[in-house]
Amino acid sequence: MKKKFKLTDLDCANCAAKMENAIKKIDGVHDAAVSFMMQKMTIDADDARFDEIMKEVVEVCKKVEPDCIINM
Amino acid sequence: MTKRQKTMLTRIIVSFVLYLGAVIGEHMGAYEGLPGFWPEFAIFLIPYLVIGWDIVYKAVRGIRNGQVFDENFLMTVATFGAFGVGEFSEAVAVMLFYQVGELFQNYAVTRSRRSITELMDICPEYANIEEDGQLKQVDPDDVEIGTIIVIKAGERIPLDGVVVDGESMIDTSALTGESVPRKAAAGSEVISGCVNGNGLLRVQTTKEFDDSTVARILELVENASSKKAKVENFITRFARYYTPVVVCAAVCLAAVPPILLGGGFGEWVRRACIFLVISCPCALVISVPLSFFGGIGAASKKGVLVKGSNYLEALAEMDTIVFDKTGTLTKGEFKVAEIHPEEMESGELLELAALAEYYSTHPIAESIKEAYRKEIPAERIGHTEEISGHGIKTTIDGSEVLAGNGKLMDMFHIPYKECSGIGTVVYLAKNGTFAGSVLIADSIKEETEDAIRKLKASGVRRTVMLTGDRKAVGEAVAEKVGLDEAYTELLPADKVEKVEALLAEMDEKHRLAFVGDGINDAPVLSRADIGIAMGSMGSDAAIEAADIVLMDDNPAKIASVVKIARKTLVIVRQNIIFALAVKALVLLLGAFGMANMWEAVFADVGVSVIAILNAMRALKTED
Repeated sequence: MKKKFKLTDLDCANCAAKMENAIKKIDGVHDAAVSFMMQKMTIDADDARFDEIMKEVVEVCKKVEPDCIINM
Repeated sequence: MTKRQKTMLTRIIVSFVLYLGAVIGEHMGAYEGLPGFWPEFAIFLIPYLVIGWDIVYKAVRGIRNGQVFDENFLMTVATFGAFGVGEFSEAVAVMLFYQVGELFQNYAVTRSRRSITELMDICPEYANIEEDGQLKQVDPDDVEIGTIIVIKAGERIPLDGVVVDGESMIDTSALTGESVPRKAAAGSEVISGCVNGNGLLRVQTTKEFDDSTVARILELVENASSKKAKVENFITRFARYYTPVVVCAAVCLAAVPPILLGGGFGEWVRRACIFLVISCPCALVISVPLSFFGGIGAASKKGVLVKGSNYLEALAEMDTIVFDKTGTLTKGEFKVAEIHPEEMESGELLELAALAEYYSTHPIAESIKEAYRKEIPAERIGHTEEISGHGIKTTIDGSEVLAGNGKLMDMFHIPYKECSGIGTVVYLAKNGTFAGSVLIADSIKEETEDAIRKLKASGVRRTVMLTGDRKAVGEAVAEKVGLDEAYTELLPADKVEKVEALLAEMDEKHRLAFVGDGINDAPVLSRADIGIAMGSMGSDAAIEAADIVLMDDNPAKIASVVKIARKTLVIVRQNIIFALAVKALVLLLGAFGMANMWEAVFADVGVSVIAILNAMRALKTED
């Protein structure tokens, strides 16, 4: 399932890149793209475990950029 | 400015004032009498905390989360170091400088984002329907096809439709980039997203909201591939390696020379701190995508949708462009020009042709039916077969009728008299005998000659035309508009082959663009390095498959976008060279002790700000 999320307070382009790499490493994630320019995140992951995976995504993002909020 | 930015600005001002006070005090010798380190430290600590508390906090939080070597940590270490060696004013000043730069960077990015999303702020929020003599505002999504909607002066047109009543001038600039308004009166087609001028219009909708132009454009923009340009990917990879390398170098710088040469760690650690401050590649990572973002925005202002920064990059490298003829170079409006019957009346031949083309939606068929004008009773027409690239075989009033090009006549072994007029010829045969020919002519778009001239002036080496039309027509059009090469009488599959052949002849550094509008252009559009489709007359399949969409079908815009693409790449290159050069220089100076904290912060934040300002230039378009 592919879903798009709007991000708030993503201030650092480097962090966007780090987040993208970290999310791609999560088990069950097929592809991910974080756009610093558009403040958007697109995630393509397993349908069945999508909600679970999203929780992991939120955690991973918090570690890289704690101020950034993912609008679910 | 956002609220967060305003708060930061206040902090900067307050801190600066306190800092100034502290420094003046220092100059006036006010601290001479104070005992030792701590009192003066405390005086400078106040402005430092006002401006820098969140950096220190984020540094600590970063370490807890495992992100040790981020900018916050480095700035903290650097300024703490400065405090440690008694350089209080330098510590505060550097932190101030850093925060000013960060604020500016943030502001510049926000503004760029806003100006680009504003270009896309074309979504209509409501539609007016007349109900019981009153105007009611409804959601455009709920309006069914065929409903009459009312568009008042100054309102945005919510759905595609045809004007039934009223007269007005329409501002299409949001979609096409044209500032000249277009006239709309009863019978005119209007498209959603444009802004109505001064007249009240009653429009009958022809599409639902989701299928209307504005919704389709917004969807295209939303789903525009986040495909990155080659340069962007390079920068991302570079950034991943740059930081660890510089940090390692910093550690070596701090540890190795003192061990080898003896002497204190202090000086070398200070130099290492300078390295750390420069180790963030932010200038590149922000300015490169921002430049492309600006370039795409500039293209939208001209009414051209570019679906990804990689296509903008490819466009700058384009040196060969291939055009489809009908609908792209020509208007695609066909009119019957001549009728040459064999042993029957002109009217009879036209009737035969109209009946034969009854089921076809090809523009040529439409023009024949239009010229015939009368009602066509479908019972007279039997089984109809369309033979791709050749024509139609059908049964009319029991007789076998063929309508198509010379190839169709050859296929059924019917000798025919060639029509020598310039245009598309439909040959007709009834019961195996040649019946005559109908000549249909298309007109070349006014902008085409100009478009080709501009493209050649911008350095495009090869301009090619591909068409399924006859040799005489194709070559005449090609000559008229100034194209280098023309390949005619191509079947749809031949077009793909031709493009493949052209692609094979290209070198590594250049790209090939294909411009088309038809359903059968979709494969070629996908195959070309850059696929350009006509946005309003073009088929949905073409628009889907294309990488760049010309919203107003004007081929002259291609040259404009090429210019924008080239400018964007120049800016990107400038930024990369500038950022790397300054950083390298300061690293070198820092290693030899000839640079201090100021230069370091400039090489990090200052360079970033300059790069961002430069990147925003990509958004500007000269007309």
